[in-house]
Amino acid sequence: MPFYVSPEQLMQDKAEYARKGIARGRSAVVLRVNEGILFAADNPSASLHKISEVYDRIAFAGVGKYSEFENLRKAGIRHADLKGYTYSREDVTVRSLANAYSQLLGTAFSQEVKPLEVEIVLAELGSNGRPDEIYRISYDGSIFDEPLLAAVGGKAEPLSALLKEKVSDSPPLARAVRLLREAFGELSGTPMPLSQMEVGLLDRSLSGRVFRRIDSSGLARLLEDGS
Amino acid sequence: MEEQGFRGLPVGFDSSSFLDCLRASGRFSSSPPPPGPALAGALPHATTILALRYDRGVVMAGDRQASEGYQVASRAISKVLPVDRYSCVAIAGAAGPALEMARLFRVEIEHYEKLEGVMLTTAGKANKLGHMVREALPMAMQGLVVVPLFAGYDPDAGRGRIYKYDPAGGRYEEEAYHANGSGGLFARNALKMLYREGMDRDEAVKAALRALYEAADEDLGTGGPDFVREIYPTVFTMEADGVLERTQGDVAAYYRTFVEGLRKKE
Repeated sequence: MPFYVSPEQLMQDKAEYARKGIARGRSAVVLRVNEGILFAADNPSASLHKISEVYDRIAFAGVGKYSEFENLRKAGIRHADLKGYTYSREDVTVRSLANAYSQLLGTAFSQEVKPLEVEIVLAELGSNGRPDEIYRISYDGSIFDEPLLAAVGGKAEPLSALLKEKVSDSPPLARAVRLLREAFGELSGTPMPLSQMEVGLLDRSLSGRVFRRIDSSGLARLLEDGS
Repeated sequence: MEEQGFRGLPVGFDSSSFLDCLRASGRFSSSPPPPGPALAGALPHATTILALRYDRGVVMAGDRQASEGYQVASRAISKVLPVDRYSCVAIAGAAGPALEMARLFRVEIEHYEKLEGVMLTTAGKANKLGHMVREALPMAMQGLVVVPLFAGYDPDAGRGRIYKYDPAGGRYEEEAYHANGSGGLFARNALKMLYREGMDRDEAVKAALRALYEAADEDLGTGGPDFVREIYPTVFTMEADGVLERTQGDVAAYYRTFVEGLRKKE
């Protein structure tokens, strides 16, 4: 580089660049509900997913640049499957996965010219007396342990504030879906069509692989039953 | 950059196959076992497994015994293993490598589904298993033969499908039923008598359990219903709703009635 740039300035510029990139996209929310852990994303595409199963009781949500969080998602699945195959399925934990992501994003942020424009959420449904865990991992690798909900991407902060105002403890699934739909709609200024919501649930009532997607007809049924 | 924190996969690695991933990570030794005297007789072997189609899907069952020559190696192993929402694999042959193959196959199928966001087709899964059997050929030459049976509900075709394999990796689809393992011949003969097209699920489950009983009756390596230890064959049904295991209680009830019926005949 021909000019001297102070490290502070460099980091600030990178952070600003990443934040801008992430804020341009749409949001995703992960929320604890009575029936499990709910993943929801504002996603107009039916095939380019933002949320995904990672392992038996672990799921992933990513926002920002698709190609970048898609790569991270795949790396996470490989990591989990390798670990589960080498040791045992019970040895795959969200905490170790979140740490690996944090390392990866942190290294990329400090060493690469262009930081990754992504923010991701990982959650694991608790079992055998272990509580549910939700981790939010930021573009610079900082990691946050969220007790109830995590919102990322787009207008994440107002969205998170809005939701925290309305839920204090894990709500029933139907109510949570309705709340999220309203919140997405309120922030974008137009009502949110169900077809634009990508929803998945780590379902407490299942065993084995507990992640399941809820399509728009499933959502419609859910909202009808709940009201 | 991307793989640094993630188990040292090479940069730019991109494949939806777990086997590729395992090889790339350097944790998989695919070298054939050293030449030497065949181990086969000294290792546990999984015995009888079978599958048959019914109107809405397919049922798969296996006895619970592993035999080591003339001895019982285990009374309660499970030879039928669910792979995903729609399919199961059953194993016969050298128990250790066979169970390992089934475990790897399951991860392989699940890995693909998670990475790609869609399930492999039933034929795709069957082919994949064929490759794995072929790759185990050097071990088969050492006497560690693994012969799986694959069955699943095909959501595209709306029916159950059964695939059998030979030790060289040959894959053949069966239209009606198949049984394999040391008692396979006897189970096949029984199924030949019991099978008819369009039977319903309960009939198919009964036919499967009856065939296993006949196999256990004729073959020393195959375990029958064990009323003393309460160990009964495993039975899975696969249809549009997914894979379902019959409870041991259900199977026990069937065999109690069946054995009662045999006694009355005498």
